[in-house]
Amino acid sequence: MNLIGEKISYRPDEQFHLNDVSFNFKKGNLYTILGRTLSGKTTLLKTIAGLLNPDQGSISFEEKDFIKIPVWERNVAMVYQQFINYPHLNVYENITFPLEQRKLSPEQIKKDVDEALKTVGLVGFENRKIQELSGGQQQRVALARSLAKKAKILLLDEPLVNLDYKLREQLREEFKRIFSEGLSQDTILIYSTTDPQEVMELNGEVIVLDEGKVLQKGPAKEIFENPSNLKVAEISNDPPMNVLKGSKNSKNLNFENISLEIPNHFKNLEDKDYNFGIRASEIKLDENGEEFEIELAEISGSETLLHLKRGNSKIIALIEEVMNFKIHEKVKINFNANKFYAFAEDEKLVSSPYGGTNG
Amino acid sequence: MSKLYTFLKYFFITFWTVFVVAPFLWAVSTSFKDFQSVNSKVTYIPWLDFEPTLEGWRVLIKSPAKGGVDIVEPYFNSIFVTCTASLISIVLGTLAAYALSRFTFKAGFVRNNDITFFFISQRIMPPIVLSIPFFIFLSTIGLLDSLLGLVVVYIVLLMPIAVWIMVDFFNRVPKELDETALIDGCNPYQAFYKVVLPNSIPGLIVAGMFCIIFGWIDFFFAFILTFTEVQLLPVKVVALNSSITPWWSLSASALVSVAPLIIVAFIVERYLSKGNLSGALK
Repeated sequence: MNLIGEKISYRPDEQFHLNDVSFNFKKGNLYTILGRTLSGKTTLLKTIAGLLNPDQGSISFEEKDFIKIPVWERNVAMVYQQFINYPHLNVYENITFPLEQRKLSPEQIKKDVDEALKTVGLVGFENRKIQELSGGQQQRVALARSLAKKAKILLLDEPLVNLDYKLREQLREEFKRIFSEGLSQDTILIYSTTDPQEVMELNGEVIVLDEGKVLQKGPAKEIFENPSNLKVAEISNDPPMNVLKGSKNSKNLNFENISLEIPNHFKNLEDKDYNFGIRASEIKLDENGEEFEIELAEISGSETLLHLKRGNSKIIALIEEVMNFKIHEKVKINFNANKFYAFAEDEKLVSSPYGGTNG
Repeated sequence: MSKLYTFLKYFFITFWTVFVVAPFLWAVSTSFKDFQSVNSKVTYIPWLDFEPTLEGWRVLIKSPAKGGVDIVEPYFNSIFVTCTASLISIVLGTLAAYALSRFTFKAGFVRNNDITFFFISQRIMPPIVLSIPFFIFLSTIGLLDSLLGLVVVYIVLLMPIAVWIMVDFFNRVPKELDETALIDGCNPYQAFYKVVLPNSIPGLIVAGMFCIIFGWIDFFFAFILTFTEVQLLPVKVVALNSSITPWWSLSASALVSVAPLIIVAFIVERYLSKGNLSGALK
């Protein structure tokens, strides 16, 4: 009874938009698709919705071949990153549209729509025109339309990306509530995003997509703790995980003329060259640390992002307070070796501070 | 700076308004005059300067046998030809434009843009180039000097305008709107007439307006492709001769022939300022 995709490929031009993607989505679960822009997230969702037909592979749902069913009979719902509503209808008519399309009874429609309006917090806005609503409200209408349909597959394609920072935070909180309250147990929810933080907060099963290929699948925590390779580590962290080319010998970890003591989880590693990974948040300012040059300092909210350089290595440090730095100023920082990841030269994960390896 | 700008703006608007409206007022006042009022001295204001009369207007509906000019039949001919051709052009043009905007066509080296250009190129040629082919074409199928023949020719002339305007319009309607309609249970035809079409009313009205204007004012083809059986309004009005038809009737006939366009412009202006589609995409 699951939504199963097998070896789906889609290649409309020279490049693969989807390359050998397989999945098995179970009812009642939340799946997030994490990937950068143009990684194939939207293509995958459109393929599931039926707006695109893959060149190869199969999709089945409830033991039926999904590809043979046209979009309008699939009973899926989709929310786009652009706020797509029907501009010629008011809020209420927008939400009833798919229900009337399915010829439900007026009583049923009224009940479903009122429920959906309540869930997204738009009660009282029924007679407003779409053009009179803010971006956040427009996206709520789109969400309400998807919820009211009670579709078995609900697709959300970067629904928050076009909203401003504040609204995004607020709606993200509400999404968690809506997903836990407003959905029935046989809905498959698929949510695509570029934002690792959204993935962590929604805490579902994650698929990491890059250039149309699935890089890693697993629970959010697993992706965060044990990214299977460097690419995943970059995609699943914001700012991306820092990569330092270096080596391990019997006594030390060495990179850019810096030596660190070997942390416990690296004890059993072979002595050779590695790509070391360290999160921006695990780098601290320290008087006794190593000297780096500041290339750029960004202040965002209550944090400061330092773009640092030493030799050939460029790293980003996340300092959790607002500080003013001058460009080209030297700062001293300290690496927490216990939080180091080791990736082999072919970029596969060799050792992580959370104990995972890629075998 | 901004004061000067405002002053200049209103100065030119006023100037232009006078420039455009004055001849109309002149024609309106002339159409209510009689021989005495036109030829004696310069007069402007009815009842005060001259005694208004409806004689100039009455001549328009009298048959030539009774000394009139009878523009009623050409008038209805023009309405019929313009409206029929515009309607068919809009329907066909809208469908063609939707297809060109939403689907990808490939035939040899021909792509969507080439097809769109093919439509528009019909209007790039000077009309005189088309006159002989049209003449031969209509005479071959026996529709020379007939309303139906004119409708056919006008569709050829008007459809490119409709396609051109509607392609541009549909290209600005987000594709996601159609997709959402499909996802919400519409088949492609329903998506078109339940969602895309209601949101295209401003475009349809603009396209319709241009079709009606270009159809209504065409003189060239109406002149070349008709002889005795059928006459359209522009041909009839131009044929009026000031040495036979009095000035007041000429003024009246000129006014009735532009009246529909003025009405069209007022209707359209209202729709154009509405701006209906802004909510579709941020």
